[in-house]
Amino acid sequence: MNVLVCVKRVPQTGGRIVLTADGRAIDTRFLGFTISPHEECGVEEAVRIVEAQGGSSAVLTLGPPEAEDQLRDAMALGIDRAILLETPGGEWDPVSTAAAIAEAIVAQEAANGPFDLILFGNEAADTGDFQVGIRVAVALGRPIINGIKGLTLADGVAHARREAGGGGWETYALPLPAVVGVKEGLNLPRYPSVPGRLRAKRKEVERVALGASPSGALGLGAGEDAAVDGPGAGAVPGPTMIGLRLPAEERSAAAVIGHGPDAAPAVVDLLQQLGLIR
Amino acid sequence: MSGTVLVFVEHADGTVDRLSLEALAFAAPLAADLGGGLDVVALGSNGDSAAGTLRGAGVGRANIVADARLDTYAPVAWAAAVGAAMDTSGAVAVVVPGSDRGNEVLAHLAARRGLPMAANVVAVTPGTSWRLARQRWAGSLLEDAALDAPVRLLSVAPHVVPPVEPRAGAVPDLQLLDAELEDAAFAIRVTGLEASATAGVSLTDARVVVGGGRGVGSAAGFGQLEELASLLGGAVGGSRVVTSLGWRPHSDQIGQTGLRIAPDLYIACGISGAIQHIVGCKAAKRILAINTDPDSPIMSVADYAVIGDLGTIVPAISAELRRRVGA
Repeated sequence: MNVLVCVKRVPQTGGRIVLTADGRAIDTRFLGFTISPHEECGVEEAVRIVEAQGGSSAVLTLGPPEAEDQLRDAMALGIDRAILLETPGGEWDPVSTAAAIAEAIVAQEAANGPFDLILFGNEAADTGDFQVGIRVAVALGRPIINGIKGLTLADGVAHARREAGGGGWETYALPLPAVVGVKEGLNLPRYPSVPGRLRAKRKEVERVALGASPSGALGLGAGEDAAVDGPGAGAVPGPTMIGLRLPAEERSAAAVIGHGPDAAPAVVDLLQQLGLIR
Repeated sequence: MSGTVLVFVEHADGTVDRLSLEALAFAAPLAADLGGGLDVVALGSNGDSAAGTLRGAGVGRANIVADARLDTYAPVAWAAAVGAAMDTSGAVAVVVPGSDRGNEVLAHLAARRGLPMAANVVAVTPGTSWRLARQRWAGSLLEDAALDAPVRLLSVAPHVVPPVEPRAGAVPDLQLLDAELEDAAFAIRVTGLEASATAGVSLTDARVVVGGGRGVGSAAGFGQLEELASLLGGAVGGSRVVTSLGWRPHSDQIGQTGLRIAPDLYIACGISGAIQHIVGCKAAKRILAINTDPDSPIMSVADYAVIGDLGTIVPAISAELRRRVGA
């Protein structure tokens, strides 16, 4: 079973987001970076599938040179090889991102054989575009289902399940090769071992150089040179980010109603006042 | 017909769901701005009854794709049916609810038509180039963006506009539409339903939710939170840290990659208040934070705070509750 997992490097935002002076990015000077949470489960799932069924696993990302760190994190957990679609930095819109990933997958499969399963996160933690995996699957002509929290592969079919509204689960069956968008909760990702980290450090990362975003890093709207190449060819790119801003704060500072266990009566008074005591 | 806005309404056996009514409320002023019509598309054998409930919502035409195969969720077929309505209505914008299915169907439509798509939009201004604001980081950050395309595909972020309330007024003009859907479009569909094995009050229904973070210290530490929740008839949840550590199952996670809750009171115990968590609990009517650190980020979203160690405070609250109710 050959499995590819696509991941995105995102900042660990912690308690509050601070923007850069130009309002076009998150100020990440004091932040670490991580793999988007849903995709961490995608990485774990790819490793487990290959452990159980044999074959090979690969991780791919589109991002700045530093995104190599996230590829090595994935290899430290047991992914066999890594591909970095390297951008000069700046954001890529979801249409252009999907087209570049689809093109890279076609090239990877021509060189190394087909992927039976391609995993994406349901949506990236940062931009939340909810579309890149689906666009890649459509460009490749493969079935896809999103939002998956349970996956079993048997007899050339991916049996997938996702939460139904109002409790319970919906089940889906996708003939392989297929693409699956996963959600956190699919599994509990392992922690990297020290030997795993050392092995990951020595492994090669295959780099494919990309230019700036086809939709223009600063331009508004698509220009003449905005055409998307490859399997997703002909698509109109976008949306094009103009700027970022923080939503208006809805609450002010908390009223301190007490310190330590002595606050218990005041808390119960509050519960009574809110009509919450049965 | 230029300037028509098409809204995809999801329904369960003819009852339109809340997020679709919100999408309709979002789309109505846009249609008015454009000076065009407001159309809807409803799918399946009960699509007509769903559209029929949209009285007085300003809907002109309701495209009904009555193909009974659409009664079962099949994202590719649903996208093709919405696409057929988009063509028939001559829509310049397609607006869908920002639900799992809404976003998925819209992405399939976008991919097949080579169009861009904006998810979780909170505001839109048409013009030569359309301008919109959309949510990033599950709503902790807003992006202003330009969208240039022959048809603008938008999903509406949940709970940013109140839903339209059906009232007296014109019933939409129901038009049956044959989308000529091929069998292949139904290859990926819901093939079965499994019941979930949860017991007690669910986190999304509970009036009181007691949440625990790293400060709870261990899986066993949640016993105190369980006790308090049970005295209040509430439910226990946790932050991403505690589900990643395996102290609680992932299904108990409140946050960007877990559940969005909206109880009357959320009691956040030992939770620092990472953005990941806040987006999951900020819809609570009130938040009480119990934390050793009076400067932790949770304090900026909490209404009330008790400063100190939850390990002594939570049992003290439970004891006081017992004393008052005489249990």
